[in-house]
Amino acid sequence: MAKVSPLEIYKYLPGLNCKECGSDSCMAFASALIERSKSYEDCPPLVKDEKYRDKLEKLIELVTPPVREIVIGTGERACTIGGEEVMYRHELTFFNPTALFIDVSDDLPADELAERVARISRFEIERVGQKLRLDGIAIRAKSGDPAKFGEAVVTAVENSDMPLMLCSFDPEHLEVGLEIAIERRPLIYAATKENVDAVAELALRHSSPVVAHSPGDVQGLLELVAKLRSRGVEDIVLDVGTYPLGKKFGECLENMVMLRRLAIERGEKLAGYPRMGVPLVAWFNGDEPVKAAMQECVIASAQLLRYADLLVLHSMDMFSLLPLLTLRQNIYTDPRVPIQVDAKLYEIGKPDENSPVLLTTNFALTYYTVASDIEAGKVDCYLLVVDTEGLAVEPAMAGAKLTGGLVKEAIEESGLAKKVKHRKLIIPGMAARISGEIEDLTGWEVLVGPLDSSRIPAFIEQKWKSNGKG
Amino acid sequence: MKKLDLEEILRSLVDVEDLELENVEIDAEELIVKVKQAMLPLVLPQAQVPGAAEKEALPEVVFEKPVGEYRGYIEEVTLGATRSEGGTRGKVIKIGGQRTLYHFEGGWVNRPVVSFDVFDIPQPQFPKALREAWGEVWDSPAEWAREAVRRGADLVTIHLVSTDPKVKDTPVGEAAKTVEEVLQAVDVPLVVGGSGNPEKDPVLFEKVAEVAENERCLLASANLDLDHERIVKAAVKHNHNVLSWVSLDINDQKMLNRLLLEEGLPRDRMVQDPTTAALGYGLEYTYTMIERIKLNALKGEKELAFPVSCGVTNAWAAREAWMNVAEWGPREYRGPLWETINALAVMLSGADIMMMLHPSAVQAIRSIIDSIFGDYQGVEIRYEDWLKV
Ligand code: B12
Ligand code: SF4
Repeated sequence: MAKVSPLEIYKYLPGLNCKECGSDSCMAFASALIERSKSYEDCPPLVKDEKYRDKLEKLIELVTPPVREIVIGTGERACTIGGEEVMYRHELTFFNPTALFIDVSDDLPADELAERVARISRFEIERVGQKLRLDGIAIRAKSGDPAKFGEAVVTAVENSDMPLMLCSFDPEHLEVGLEIAIERRPLIYAATKENVDAVAELALRHSSPVVAHSPGDVQGLLELVAKLRSRGVEDIVLDVGTYPLGKKFGECLENMVMLRRLAIERGEKLAGYPRMGVPLVAWFNGDEPVKAAMQECVIASAQLLRYADLLVLHSMDMFSLLPLLTLRQNIYTDPRVPIQVDAKLYEIGKPDENSPVLLTTNFALTYYTVASDIEAGKVDCYLLVVDTEGLAVEPAMAGAKLTGGLVKEAIEESGLAKKVKHRKLIIPGMAARISGEIEDLTGWEVLVGPLDSSRIPAFIEQKWKSNGKG
Repeated sequence: MKKLDLEEILRSLVDVEDLELENVEIDAEELIVKVKQAMLPLVLPQAQVPGAAEKEALPEVVFEKPVGEYRGYIEEVTLGATRSEGGTRGKVIKIGGQRTLYHFEGGWVNRPVVSFDVFDIPQPQFPKALREAWGEVWDSPAEWAREAVRRGADLVTIHLVSTDPKVKDTPVGEAAKTVEEVLQAVDVPLVVGGSGNPEKDPVLFEKVAEVAENERCLLASANLDLDHERIVKAAVKHNHNVLSWVSLDINDQKMLNRLLLEEGLPRDRMVQDPTTAALGYGLEYTYTMIERIKLNALKGEKELAFPVSCGVTNAWAAREAWMNVAEWGPREYRGPLWETINALAVMLSGADIMMMLHPSAVQAIRSIIDSIFGDYQGVEIRYEDWLKV
């Protein structure tokens, strides 16, 4: 429902304002539909009452994203891709972050394969309070032996609950894999012009999503999609090919943009599916691993920015995954709301009545940066988080969102006065300007801390321990 | 039934526009028909080709590149001046000039360029990777600039940071000499950066503009906190461009651009900098702001229709770029990659100049640019083979 207003949606709601949907009014429900916090099925009159049939149909058409939403895998780690409605973040938001799949090949010795699968599943790194993880495992039929491929799928199924992608152009391989992973709704890779009949049949029989593969050829890809659709296959992922740096790399990025634009701005149904890329092609060059991993990160980042919904990677090196995961986190942040933490009093370590009290803002990045610095320095303290509407210290200061009045409120609400005996507050160096204001309004003594929170431990050591207590 | 071989079919096509064969069987493992344009359209016998029955039911697929329609365009700005234009540069660099959002839509004449940052005093506080890259040359800005060009700079930015009263309070006359030295050391166009001190920068730029007369430098920057009119006047008088810098606010950007134009800056002499936040530290704000600038400009909003410059060097403000944390992997790879991805993101959102610091990041971004603009061949692969690597 690219860029529809609540008013347009409202036209197709019953208009009863009966609140059965849990919203206060039909209008509020319309906004919730746009935000996707509710689904049209949550309005009972609309779905139950025959007389709204026409409205319902129109509404469904209106709220169905122009890029189909597809689920791969089952259970807790199932991953959803596509479902996007806009070309640019600021027009609304992007909904489903690009899924990152890591490859395993079926010619690996069983124990190595099991190990790699387990590592992919375990992988996790925390950034700004969010756990960044990988999303799936792509099993490549490299050996050419369907039995071996089957064994690899068994190993993956046994050692991981992650979504799987079964990769072979040979329907026989795919069938073996699908029989084993039948309960897991794997992504089938891939239907091509040559095998489309057999693969479409497999996809339908196992009700699994399938990739349409047509390297470098958008026309061919759309034809293939038309064919899959004519067989009744609807859960499709588009693969127009990925190339290492070089002439074709530019083209593959452009193809991705074109497909997204066709779907979203031109209403082209055949392009209305999520797109995938394979940055793993960086490993074709036979470069040394560091170089290949770096190039893989570059290709993946470019494709992520050019609307790839799923990427297949090889490297599990943190130095190359971290920039990519961070980029994904940034681009898929909802532009309507900065990532925030609750504005309240946090205890870090085991503070007591003599422990220092530090102040910061509720922008998640700021909070976690500060908290991790304090933890790393093993300082027991209270961290008072002020609601700056999700702004970091510097922007909050610049935008007058961090003021003495707010600090006063925060101190009162936190009950700090009962928790500590002293009346001293350490504020960020960047907030020095309001130290007088805080002292006047709260009666607390303000100590201006360092500019960067990494120096907090040293500051506590020098300034608090020597003269702070008491 | 008459047997035709392909030769015969093709021959029979030469003189007809439409050909329909009825009751034919095709005997071939693989049918590859290569027909000259003039012979088309070709209607192959349908019923006998496997899958052809369904094909009839399929809608005809017509793919056309989805090219947008745009009312506006981005100004083209020229950096540097050759001897014939009164300067001393070896060549000039043109940026901007886009008439479409994407390259494939056909409206691009210039490609994004990279500027290496050079400072007028050594930078011992640099992260290790940057100290290692530049430590040997940073005692001499001229030497540093020469090395930067050797390592692939399209432009060099000389940052006169020491002029800040809180740093060294270098007199403007001395700073201007540094600029002259750099102009002599390299023949690429120059960007000249101030210290950010609102009192001193206008005075500094007046002096620099004068000594670099006619070299068409980019004076970086005019912002809302200082006397930008003096910078504009100096730029106009001595033939330079001006960078209009705000901090991540599109309305501020419009306002400042408008002010600079009113003060007499010609449209083809303005470049804008919306502030580059680091990857992981607000990059999305920059990314989206550049997209909005470019979209609005191409829709016809003239106050935003200027090339964009980005201080990608800010990538190094992110801890992930420089901090030694075992869990994050070796920082000697992580840092340059962090800067590369930062540059890539702003470039894909529409940046025209990327100001950068690490040589391998610059090398990486240049090969990406060359790939996108189609003159870096790279290794040929068969994509399908990724299953077998
Ligand atoms: C991203 C960003 C924004 C985002 C805000 C994102 C957000 N959710 O906060 C947006 C686009 C919204 C924004 C807006 C503005 N911004 Co702004 N923004 C930035 C930017 C690029 C990064 C800020 C950031 O995220 N820093 C990272 C976090 C972690 O830093 P932090 O919260 O300050 O925390 C650090 C320290 O303060 C300290 N610390 C934190 N807590 C504590 C606690 C204790 C006890 C101690 C000791 C230390 C400590 O340690 C932390 C780690 O180093 C900076 C430029 C830069 N610095 O790179 C400009 C910057 C901060 N913005 C600036 C300005 C002017 C503004 C605006 C006024 C612009 C405008 N005209 O609208 C508005 C103000 C907001 C408003 N109107 O509501 C200026 C501020 C200039 C100044 N010093 O006054 C800056 C410096 C840019 C510049 N050079 O001009 N901005
Ligand atoms: S349940 Fe339906 S009719 Fe009732 S308020 Fe909600 S949207 Fe309106």
